[in-house]
Amino acid sequence: MMRRDLCLKAIARHVTDADIVLPVYSTAFDWLDIRPHPLNYLSHGAMGLASSHALGLALGRPDKRVIVLDGDGSLLMNIGTLVTAAEAAPKNFFHFVCENGSYEANGGHPIPGRGQVSFAGLARSAGYQSVHEFADLKIFEQKVGAILAEPGPVFVDLKIESSGPQERDYSRLHGPHVRQAFRDALAKG
Amino acid sequence: MSVSAGAVADRTVAGLSGQSIIREIEASQIDFVVSVPDITTSEGLLRPLAARSSPRLIRVCKEDEGVGICAGLAYTGKRALLLIQQTGMLDSINAIRGVAVEYSLPVCMMVGLLEKEVGVPPRQSKRYGVRIVEPILEAMGIAYREIEEEADVGKIRPAIDDAYAQSKPVVMLIGRRPA
Repeated sequence: MMRRDLCLKAIARHVTDADIVLPVYSTAFDWLDIRPHPLNYLSHGAMGLASSHALGLALGRPDKRVIVLDGDGSLLMNIGTLVTAAEAAPKNFFHFVCENGSYEANGGHPIPGRGQVSFAGLARSAGYQSVHEFADLKIFEQKVGAILAEPGPVFVDLKIESSGPQERDYSRLHGPHVRQAFRDALAKG
Repeated sequence: MSVSAGAVADRTVAGLSGQSIIREIEASQIDFVVSVPDITTSEGLLRPLAARSSPRLIRVCKEDEGVGICAGLAYTGKRALLLIQQTGMLDSINAIRGVAVEYSLPVCMMVGLLEKEVGVPPRQSKRYGVRIVEPILEAMGIAYREIEEEADVGKIRPAIDDAYAQSKPVVMLIGRRPA
């Protein structure tokens, strides 16, 4: 089991100013502290849809890496996204899932199939080009740079535990200023 | 409820051309069509669109995925059309609410009205699932256009252009099977 914030720091070391990143819920609050950037796409409108927004961004901007930092509960809510993304097959699409087995932002209740469902297995059978699974931080830190250089769609399941208590100011995710900052940054390049 | 063969035939009579709709989609500079198959538009619209390389067809498993995809595309400056059935639209109300309405994004939906009777306005349909569509869109503050006759096809491009100009969602309700 890896601490989520440490995993995110490992990813952040390989994210460039050109990349688009879509973190969800608890991951988003950790990510904003680790890597604030106008190309963070934070407003997903409904639980589960981050990977779908990401697919639209990846199809519309094939010149940019699009990295979605999903949750396991979120992915379960939109599980067909795996099949859709695999068929559309954008080479610039990187789908990380922070698997903690719970709806952390909604009270910490367990997800259905906790500890039983294989997210990597689901992604593999959906047809992702490349699928990885990590539970050891040191190994993940060694591999993540190379993974982000692979042709997509790429799926990475991270077995994580919470980083600890968070201050969740949702205006940081859903405020109109957030979307405008993203729009402006994307228009610049 | 069973549907008589006569009623099915009635919904397929000429009166709306799929090719005309496709020309309007092209004229609206749609880059991507995102779709879950809908029985009203399946043969006259989706199948010919699927045979083309442009606009690119993205097949989705569920309609709310399409709302997210269209939103992401909108930020990139690419235009998209979500081609679905009203059952899928109803299933996606929360995504449409959160993404298209509350974020004010140009999510353009072309929605086949399953089991709508030809010549009967949607809100006067005998079908509950048809009758409720326009009141729901009005409650959500979403603009809509009825497309049932060939003369209605001219509404498509202005509806899409307005949606992108104002960054608002729009729904085009397809009331019969395009020939």
